[in-house]
Amino acid sequence: MIVGDLSFEEFERALNGPGVGLRIGPFSVRIRDGHQELFAPTFHTLYSEFPLLPESEPAEFRIQLRDPVGLRRWWRRQMFFRLDDSDPFYPFPAGLAYPFFEWGLNWCIYEHVHEFFVIHSAVVEKRGRALLMSAPPGSGKSTLCAALVNRGWRLLSDEFAIIDKTNGHLIPIPRPVGLKEQSIEIIRKFAPESWIGPAFADTSKGTVAHMRPPAGAVARMNEPALPAWLVFPTYEANAVTALSPVSKASAFITASENSFNYKVLGESGFECHARLIDQCDCFDLKFSDLNAALDLIEELPAARGSAP
Amino acid sequence: MSGHSAVRNNPLMQVLRAPADALQFNARQWEDLLWHARITRLSGRVWYLFEQSGMTDRVPEPIRRRLYSAFLEAEYHRRQLLWEIDRIHRAFYGSGRSFVVMKGGAYVALGLRAAIGRPVADVDIMVAPDAIAEAEQMLLKHGWEAVIEDAYDQRYYRRWMHEFPPLRHRVRETEMDLHRGILPLTSRLRTDAESLYRMSVVLDERGTRVFSPPDMLLHCAVHLFHDGEIRGALRDLVDLDSLFREFGERTGFWASLIPRAVELGLQRPLFYALRYTMRLLETPVPQEALHAAEIGRPAAGILAFMDWTVPAALVPPLSSDEALASSLAGFCLYMRSHWLRMPLGPLSKHLARKSLRRLWSSEPGVRDAAG
Repeated sequence: MIVGDLSFEEFERALNGPGVGLRIGPFSVRIRDGHQELFAPTFHTLYSEFPLLPESEPAEFRIQLRDPVGLRRWWRRQMFFRLDDSDPFYPFPAGLAYPFFEWGLNWCIYEHVHEFFVIHSAVVEKRGRALLMSAPPGSGKSTLCAALVNRGWRLLSDEFAIIDKTNGHLIPIPRPVGLKEQSIEIIRKFAPESWIGPAFADTSKGTVAHMRPPAGAVARMNEPALPAWLVFPTYEANAVTALSPVSKASAFITASENSFNYKVLGESGFECHARLIDQCDCFDLKFSDLNAALDLIEELPAARGSAP
Repeated sequence: MSGHSAVRNNPLMQVLRAPADALQFNARQWEDLLWHARITRLSGRVWYLFEQSGMTDRVPEPIRRRLYSAFLEAEYHRRQLLWEIDRIHRAFYGSGRSFVVMKGGAYVALGLRAAIGRPVADVDIMVAPDAIAEAEQMLLKHGWEAVIEDAYDQRYYRRWMHEFPPLRHRVRETEMDLHRGILPLTSRLRTDAESLYRMSVVLDERGTRVFSPPDMLLHCAVHLFHDGEIRGALRDLVDLDSLFREFGERTGFWASLIPRAVELGLQRPLFYALRYTMRLLETPVPQEALHAAEIGRPAAGILAFMDWTVPAALVPPLSSDEALASSLAGFCLYMRSHWLRMPLGPLSKHLARKSLRRLWSSEPGVRDAAG
């Protein structure tokens, strides 16, 4: 059963009752409440292809979007993101429940997940080989990711490279792709056939919206991929769009700074990371023109092996 | 409101006593176990217990991953802590001064079973009571900084507390509490810090010290029952249980424990430690030791109060009724802890000052999700 098998009414009833359990990539999540007009429909549509958890399966993240006690329940209504029964964040305006759910789930992953090696990176795949785009927020990684996904690359994640420590495989977690500010319009124009959810204005990251993951990417959620390229993108207005090789040593340092648990994992983190860098051809990508950047990336599979 | 049915039916308490009971859990109980293990910071410990029972492969995948992750995090803390000890030696180098590693740090340094799967948030060290100012200066010279800038709070620590204001290392961001004893100077319960330091044992060639086994146990008991808040401190009870079990295997431990408690005036916290580890975690204790520990038994009224509040405050609540009982018990114990820490005069002055200040400054404890 997938989320889309439930009618919206059934979905909403479950959400406000016992909660809806889903498998999201390797993780199992149960989400409850979220009594907010935009939350349930946005969630129901963006996650429509994701499998529901069987009754007998426990969830590792029990998330609740809860109303506060007191005045702020009605006046300039706020909500809380809760994991189990603790509130790790400040309350947020109720209208932003959906983006806060996404950020809260990100937090669950980068704060609690150490059974995998986790890097802040978008991951897409073509013919079994995966491209990692690792960069701090604002570098254009999600824009590139959304565009590539609309050009036939398979979405693994726009936020996390989740790496199996035993074999170096990348585990997909094809959640909706978060787009910010101008990139929302850019992707709407670039791929008019994609479904982009409502735009949430005035978050601490500006306006955000989410692109629905392609059904195929979610259906293939259990199929890992092998890392082949590691690209560090930087969007810079008016820059000449260029892909330039980076030495393995410097790629190692940059990517370790973008890892969430490199330090926590100690020696095994080092080994995982070294293996990843060994497996990948590494590049800096400076870009101002999305199409030109995509063309350069599309040439990577052909040039495989010739990079340093 | 009965604490006893709560203890029996609580998945976390069941697992702490008999890990194999978890094999009968349904999905809901597994989720509750994970929830409680998370809030009490016992997830890594639960992983260790499952591993000891050889049943990790029978734990449902999502639960297994979360427990194992917490275990890995505790391992990271262990490495960090050993490095901090090394850095403190460097700061003290050449001074002829030494330090005692306390609590979780000591369990790690000694390789005790209590350290396995147990996260260590900060380093606690104690120096000889006459060396504290000098120790603070040495640490400040080597990259540690005061966490608290407020002058009143700084004075409060220096004047009344058994520890100096907390320090944080500028680069590594690790926190440290520098102690001169184990109880506030104002506490109703008094103990001889000189003696604790004198009886501490050297454990390596650098001169790292830890309390002797009885003192380590007594410190843990004092910390749980006479110093901090009891509510939510189930982990301290698990420490006590583990220390009783491990030290209890050594010859002469039980025979030395009670006389030492009496010598330090700590027979009351020891009595509580034995009573509640046995009640909640089924810790094995020899009959003679139990008999001797009776010397710490409080008056019947006090004991009835503790018997109701301690389990209710320690066992994480499952239902909203239990949550209510837990808050109430926690509140009563909170009032008790202030009563124990300070005579009424300075206490009321301190509380008045604190609550006035709270009116015009809100303290941020949480963060922005998008940040």
